Amino acid sequence: MKNIRNFSIIAHIDHGKSTLADRLIQATGIVSDRDFKDQILDSMDIERERGITIKSQTVNLPYKAKDGKDYQLNLIDTPGHVDFTYEVSRALKSCEGAFLLVDASQGVEAQTLANLYLALDNNLEVIPVINKIDLPSAEIEWVKGQINDDLGLDAETAILTSAKNGIGIIDVLEGAVNLLPPPKGDPDAPLRALIFDSHYDPYRGTVVHFRVFDGSIKPGDTIKFMSNDISYKVEEVGVFQIVRVPRKQLYAGEVGYLIAGIKTVGDTRCGDTITLKNRPCEKSVSGFREPTPVVFSSIYPVASDDYQELTDAIEKLKLNDASLVYEKDSSAALGFGYRCGFLGLLHLEVVQERLEREYDLSLILTAPSVQYEIVLHNGQELIIDNPALYPDPTTIAITREPFIKATIIVPERYMGSVMKLSLDRRGINKNYQYLNSSRLEMVFELPLAEVVYDFYDKLKSVTQGYGSFDYEIIGKKETDLVKLDILINGERVDALSQLVHRDNAVARGRHACAKLKEEIPRQMFKIAIQGSIGAKVVSRETISAYRKDVTAKCYGGDISRKRKLLDKQKKGKKRMKMIGQVELPQSAFLAVLKTDD
Amino acid sequence: MNGLYIHVPFCVRKCLYCNFYSVTDLGMMAPYVEALVREMDLTAALQPTGLKSVDTLYFGGGTPSVLSFNHLGRIMDRIHHLYHVADHAEITLEVNPGTLTPGALDDFKRLGINRLSLGVQSFHDTHLQMLGRIHSSDESRALIHAARKAGFNDLGLDLIYGLPGQSLEHWQDDLENALSFGPSHLSCYMLSFEPGTPLFKRMKKGTIVPLPDDKAAILFDETMAFLEKKGFIHYEISNFASSPGTQSRHNRKYWNFEPYTGFGPSAHSYTPVEQKRSWNVPNLSDYIDRLKKGHLPVEDSETLDKRQQMIEALFLGLRKMEGILISEFNRRFECDFSKMFSASLSYLSKNGLIVHDPARVYLTRKGIVLADRITSLFVDRVD
Repeated sequence: MKNIRNFSIIAHIDHGKSTLADRLIQATGIVSDRDFKDQILDSMDIERERGITIKSQTVNLPYKAKDGKDYQLNLIDTPGHVDFTYEVSRALKSCEGAFLLVDASQGVEAQTLANLYLALDNNLEVIPVINKIDLPSAEIEWVKGQINDDLGLDAETAILTSAKNGIGIIDVLEGAVNLLPPPKGDPDAPLRALIFDSHYDPYRGTVVHFRVFDGSIKPGDTIKFMSNDISYKVEEVGVFQIVRVPRKQLYAGEVGYLIAGIKTVGDTRCGDTITLKNRPCEKSVSGFREPTPVVFSSIYPVASDDYQELTDAIEKLKLNDASLVYEKDSSAALGFGYRCGFLGLLHLEVVQERLEREYDLSLILTAPSVQYEIVLHNGQELIIDNPALYPDPTTIAITREPFIKATIIVPERYMGSVMKLSLDRRGINKNYQYLNSSRLEMVFELPLAEVVYDFYDKLKSVTQGYGSFDYEIIGKKETDLVKLDILINGERVDALSQLVHRDNAVARGRHACAKLKEEIPRQMFKIAIQGSIGAKVVSRETISAYRKDVTAKCYGGDISRKRKLLDKQKKGKKRMKMIGQVELPQSAFLAVLKTDD
Repeated sequence: MNGLYIHVPFCVRKCLYCNFYSVTDLGMMAPYVEALVREMDLTAALQPTGLKSVDTLYFGGGTPSVLSFNHLGRIMDRIHHLYHVADHAEITLEVNPGTLTPGALDDFKRLGINRLSLGVQSFHDTHLQMLGRIHSSDESRALIHAARKAGFNDLGLDLIYGLPGQSLEHWQDDLENALSFGPSHLSCYMLSFEPGTPLFKRMKKGTIVPLPDDKAAILFDETMAFLEKKGFIHYEISNFASSPGTQSRHNRKYWNFEPYTGFGPSAHSYTPVEQKRSWNVPNLSDYIDRLKKGHLPVEDSETLDKRQQMIEALFLGLRKMEGILISEFNRRFECDFSKMFSASLSYLSKNGLIVHDPARVYLTRKGIVLADRITSLFVDRVD
């Protein structure tokens, strides 16, 4: 166990985390240079494109250190978004240490700080790494100052690297060996292991990623998940070296995977504890939480005949994404689809993108909603997350909506803008305190509905990227809700309805109509867009009709030119959904919630 | 029967709106005619007998009326030598006012030309100047009279409308002027700004402002209403005939998937048996060089697959006022037109943009101004 190091790399986006991980992998030679492709741990296209990590990945790096001994270094790569904070915390719990990566020219940024707190919460040893030191704009001494003053870490221990150019890579590996503590645990105690992720393999079923705290695990063992008491017989254990490498047994302190004929990842839960059925441990690893969807939206295929394809795709995606929940749904405007619950909006976007790319579907998502609790006059209680199911307002006695406690850390100079943003979203400032002379932690109570759409983006924009944001749900509070409907040429489009707070309803109605006017292309007749609450029209926009669209001259015998043009237009055309007589682009459905930039 | 198109790529001056291929160096005329004759020889030698019978000839440009008697005579002789030209063949020559030498019209007549298409464009001199035409409206009037006197009964006039700043009254005046000469055919083209033309550049620079869409639409609507009232048959988006017999037989071949063979730089050909379209290099020097070396001047060709054929059938069908003949479409593509396009059909009929009866689908007057948009609704359904 003393030759094992479990660590993670935490960083702000673009500070070079994936590149550093790539170099560590190359340096230990588990992948040949020929097979190497950049950002090897970010295996999804979306991750590479957006430069974010959505699924955590683990890699076991065998390393012969300068002291002549062989070490096993387990790098646990973590997701980097507030939607996945819980997953991050579970991955960090599996580590003893972390490298905190700071860009030598950008310095310490908000997310660096948020991630540092997560690491410190999990009692990790944190080693600063200053990356991109060979850039002309690098200011190493300035960054060291920040590390000392703002982060409270010892800048003298900082490792200097340029991951891009392979500088300082060995120093990081040596740092892991010499500066990070080895794991502790009792190999003879009953098995106690923490699940921090899982993924689905079409041939083997669910592959569970875990860290052993006590005891050991081997093929043939009958294990038990402590949250639900379900047992499985272990078929294989091993470690990840990009590919799975089976081992005879994994012991306390080690990180690896197991395969046990588990049908879907939904049967395993991030944060759950694995133990042996006939020799269970006494206490589970602390901090287990059921995944709770907080944002709900319906997904429909643009072409109604793609419903079966959507069904197959969602079922397959669910195998790999335990936090996605869904049930059948139908809409007068959009036909059959699924009502889905997501961890947050990024999760929603990721699911949409994966369905569209990996399963080649064209989808419409309806406006995201939170879950409301409604008590009717007759005493009946309802949970509503779909505006289409909102009951007749005259029958409603009480409505409650979910609230969050939002913790925002910002440099002091952004205090005013953050305060304004939060109050505009019906927030109540509960507390604020200085973390040091220039940094402020502000705590707000906010309705979840007000943050689901673009609060995080807005926060980043008003704080120029320096604001960090974390939230937890604190319960439901009474609220005054109305249903805002959108009518297009007099027809109510159910998929565009939203549940909104009464105070904001008229403004939201105006905003939705204005956004739709931007999104809907002109058509061959006039289009009226109205926002209404009950029978009362609160906003209206008109899109004028096309007056002329005709090619006067067909170029003599050159028929090819016009045909090619038509074909090109067809290919370049946005997918549209016919609502009654009007063609709506996919983007219109989410646009109604977007605020102005 | 086959139709022959001869592209004569010469102009005294280029008009500001035109993007057809032509050069202003009239000194290239002789080598062009040599090359053209050579192209005809090479092409005809490779063509099956079926394509040797022709019933339309069309001299387009450019400005075919700048050809001398000898050159035009040489070309006509070669055509008669290589092809069987039907007795009743339609033989059209495009003529621009201000390009004719005295006696030229009689020469045309003698060489067998039986239909003239006159590039009048407008009866307002300010508009002619705006378009960069080389002639005045008086010269146009004189040309029409002369053509009548020379015995041309089949006279077509080309007009352009939708000019920057043009009023409804101006355009009505042009139409009435045109009808006063009793033409057998009218082509009324809405001005378009073609990339690469001087007019397009001026629009991009902002020195001229196109007529707004709603005004252009009103002029188009007036064109249809006025000419229909005068008994003209509107048979294609921009084309009107005084009687069924004076529709352009040659142009109809383009829209009806009939064969045609094009000669001269940038000319296009189509062979329905092979579903092949081909086109010549759009450059006079290249054209002459290739033929000097004994090569055909074909730039490229394509063989249409079913999908491409269907797109063409849709857009060409909708350009014609008779529309798409459903039974013919179904037979050709082995499909059920009304079912395949049911959504678009009901949507467009409900909005009064098309008429969908059991035999055919055609645009209404309201639909014609939106022809491209309507066409794309159909094309979108083609897989």
